[in-house]
Formats: sequence, C-alpha cells, structure tokens
Amino acid sequence: MAKITPLREAVASLVRDGDTVALEGFTHLIPHAAGHEIIRQGRRGLTLVRMTPDLIYDQMIGMGCAAKLIFSWGGNPGVGSLHRFRDAVEQGWPHRLEIEEHSHAGMANAYVAGASNLPFALLRGYTGSDLPKVNPNIRFVECPFTGETLAAIPSVRPDVTVIHAQKADRRGNVLLWGILGVQKEAVLAAKRSIVTVEEVVDDLDAPPNACVLPGWALSAVCPVRGGAFPSYAQGYSERDNRFYKAWDAIARSREEFRAWMQRHVLDTDDFAGFRRVLAESMKEVA
Amino acid sequence: MMATPKTIAETLDFTATEIMTVAASRLLKNGTVCFVGIGLPSTAANLARLTHAPDVVLIYESGPIGAKPTVLPLSIGDGDLALTADTVVGTPEIFRYWLQGGRIDVGFLGAAQVDRFANINTTVIGPYDAPKVRLPGAGGAPEIASQAKEVFIVLKQSPKAFVAKLPFVTSAGHLDGGDARARAGIPGAGPTAVITDLGILTPDPVTKELTLTGIHPGVTVEQAKAATGWDLTISPELKTTEIPDAGALAALRDLQARTAAAHGQTGGEG
Repeated sequence: MAKITPLREAVASLVRDGDTVALEGFTHLIPHAAGHEIIRQGRRGLTLVRMTPDLIYDQMIGMGCAAKLIFSWGGNPGVGSLHRFRDAVEQGWPHRLEIEEHSHAGMANAYVAGASNLPFALLRGYTGSDLPKVNPNIRFVECPFTGETLAAIPSVRPDVTVIHAQKADRRGNVLLWGILGVQKEAVLAAKRSIVTVEEVVDDLDAPPNACVLPGWALSAVCPVRGGAFPSYAQGYSERDNRFYKAWDAIARSREEFRAWMQRHVLDTDDFAGFRRVLAESMKEVA
Repeated sequence: MMATPKTIAETLDFTATEIMTVAASRLLKNGTVCFVGIGLPSTAANLARLTHAPDVVLIYESGPIGAKPTVLPLSIGDGDLALTADTVVGTPEIFRYWLQGGRIDVGFLGAAQVDRFANINTTVIGPYDAPKVRLPGAGGAPEIASQAKEVFIVLKQSPKAFVAKLPFVTSAGHLDGGDARARAGIPGAGPTAVITDLGILTPDPVTKELTLTGIHPGVTVEQAKAATGWDLTISPELKTTEIPDAGALAALRDLQARTAAAHGQTGGEG
C-alpha cells in the first residue's frame, strides 16, 4: 500500500546500498528529483538499470553511486555523449563501472518478464549482432514446438523501481500519460517502488483504460512538483532542451562536474532548492 | 590573395546535408509504415510526410504510432510526438507487437559506422573492454535492422565512418555478404540503401557489397572513393541524383526553421 510521504523519507527507507535500482523514463517523466536524493543520501554499490541512461545516470555514475549499469542506449538525447558515463567506462573514473549491455527490445522484454514473474525473457533478437559475444546474459534457446532459435535474457527484477508521474489521488493511485516507456512494467517487476508525482488530487478523473498504477501495488508516492526537470511531465512542463545542452559542458571535466554537483545537489536540501540554485547559476552563465 | 575556385556543389543552391536528406526522403513511399530513428532519419521521414508521402506512418521506439510532429523532435520522446500520434503505446508493445509482429515496412536508421556489407556499429571504437570511444550503444537498432522488411541507413560519408571491417557489429546488415543474412535466419531483407552526403550506395544483388549506384550533383567519383574505407565499386549504371525540387527544399527549410525556433537549435542532429 502506497504511503504518501516526502521523497527524502522514501529514499531513506526504500533504497539501500548494493540494491538493483531502476529509475525509468523514456525522455519523458524521468525521475531526476529522486536521483538527486539518492546522490544526496550517498548510496553506494548500486546496480543501475535503465533502457536509456541519460543525465541523471551520468550524475549518479560520476558521483560514485553505481557499481554496475544494465542498459541499452546511453547518451544525451539530441546533444551527444554522456561524459561521466564515458569516463567511467573508458578511464574507470571515479571507479570501474561494470556494464551489461542489451538492445531496447531485449531490455523491454526483460522488464515484461520481470513483471510477469518469469525467470527470463524470450524474443527474436540479437541475431548477427556482436552483443551476445560480450554479454554472457544473452543466450539462445530452441523453441520446443517449432525448433526455431530465439534469444533469451534474464528478467529484470529491481529491488526498487523509481518513476515520475503526473498525479496521484489521496489513496496513492497513480496516473501517467503521454510517452509511457517501460515504467509500468518496471514498477511491477520490482520488489519496492517509489513514484514521484506532480500533484496529489482528490480524483484522478481517469478513463477506464488509462495507465493507472494502483496504490496498493506501490511502496511510496512522493509529491515533487517539476520532479522530472530537465525532462518533462506532459500537461505540466516542457522539456528544458537548454539544460540538456548546458550539461555537455558541465560534465566534460571531472573538476567542473564535482564542483557543480557540490553546489547544486549536495549543498541543497531538496529539488526545490536545486531549482533555485540552478536558476541563479544559469543567470550567471547568461 | 586569389579566391579559391568554387566547387560545383558550392555553386548550387543547396547544401550536401540538404541533398542527402531530400534523397533519403524520396525513398520513402506514401503509405509506408516506417520505424524511425532519431536525427537524420527522423528529418528525412518527416520531410517525406510533409511532401510526397502524406500517408506515411511514422513509429518511434518511445511509443508514438502515426506521429505527425510539427517540429523535428530533439529527442526520441518529445511531447509533440505523443500529442500528434494516432496512439501512444508502451515501449514493450512497440517492440513486441509492432516490430516483432512484422508490421514495419522500413526501418530508417542512422549509424556511427557502417562496413562494406552495411553492418552497423553504434557501440564502441576500439576493443570492447578498453574502448577508445564509447558510443551510446544499440538502442532499438539490432531488432529494427533484422525485423523491418527493409532498412535504409542515412549517414555522412567519410573514411572513419565507412570502414572495411567494423570494430563491433551492433546491428546486422548483410553480415559477411552473399546469402549470410538469410543463412543466419534473419527475416527482413536488410539494408537496401545507404544514403550519404555524397551519393547512394546499394548492396550488389549477389555479393551484397555496398556499391555506389547514385552520386549527388557536383560530387566526383574520386571524392566518393576517397571517403570510403574499402575499394568502392562504382556501378556501371551510376545515376546522378535529381536536384532537390524547390518544393522539397522549401519544406525542409521551413521544418528546420520551425524546429530551431522551438528548440533554440536545429533538431535531432545529435
């Protein structure tokens, strides 16, 4: 049953050192505020899972939260590289990062298998790719009925999944819409879950087939207005493309990255504090 | 000091990127169901939709089906894609029902590198365990490349991008050439065209080696050869690409101007 609780408390009680954690979001609804809180609370040794690791994973990797990354596409969408991710893989900074690399189809199926309580996902995939040569978790099995060769990969079963959504009602039922990515599957595949929402309302006013995650299937619901920034929440905010571009320069050097994280994340109390300091520093740049 | 003589391309009123985009868009026929990669493929596919192919169905891996964005998406999950789509489904459904289900006519992809058999690398330059350059990775491409009925690849041509052998095959083209793809049990026809800023390469019907079959006006065969990391075969029926018509160029420039105004930069080139 979802507890409606401040984000700090949800992260403190639900995210532990060494956990497998999925902060999902496909460009839309990325849970940046929750990622910052995990960094502030100094979690270590995490196995981070995400189809499309972007800025928040770049920050978590650069701040030393992650021991391993399971992913299928790591970049700054529309801009270029994730410099902290690349530095970890290419130079082992701040420490070596183990990677387990898939395709999107593989990852999406692995979440579905996790949510379905299956040990592995089955798909037509990876044929002719070198990915199976570097990822021993991509294997091939024979269909018992037709003899066809199919790809098999282990289910993704996070200890905790974290997502951002538009709204929740007072019982913790969560409604999300727009680009949904794998958020529903990622939540249902996980043992525990945290959902940050733009607002808590009396009535979700959702049509019968809307994507609603029932409160009883979630661990915590945390109101964080604008908690996806610089990603967006359809109907509430626009994607801040300017910040995605600015991140390229901030993350390029280790020193500038560390100083930026200190000032904007470690030295702020919460996401509202981060947004205030960021507004100041963006003015300094402009 | 004397001015450098202008090349033929410089005397024409379109850029190399523009003719690449227009040439790529022309390959997309009206009514085609197209799985679109972000960047150059998305620009070309939307140009096709805004010009000769109004009924093309654009599917993005983030979930929109039948997207009709008014500006080019900067990312694969821009809100405009969802708001203009016929429907938006979850990412697992996109890959399971729509791609694996066999409903995609054309997979339209970009690449960091291709080899002579149109295999694609978007993973690493150098050894996998100690990469010189770590690229973003596979995304949706391995399954798009294998399961779309055919694949178009669009990227700029240079010796670094067009290599004889890839350091890493992320997504299968024609593998080792010949009938290797069919023998591996890959269902789709694979890459049928690679559109570049210099011309169009298509696989030889038998060997499947990429051959220069089209060249853009103002580009020389020597330039195309010099920008290719293998001994590029030139088709005896080499055709010169039609000059982009004024309508297509105007539509492309309008689209990019709208995009720049909306994003503060030209969209989706990342």
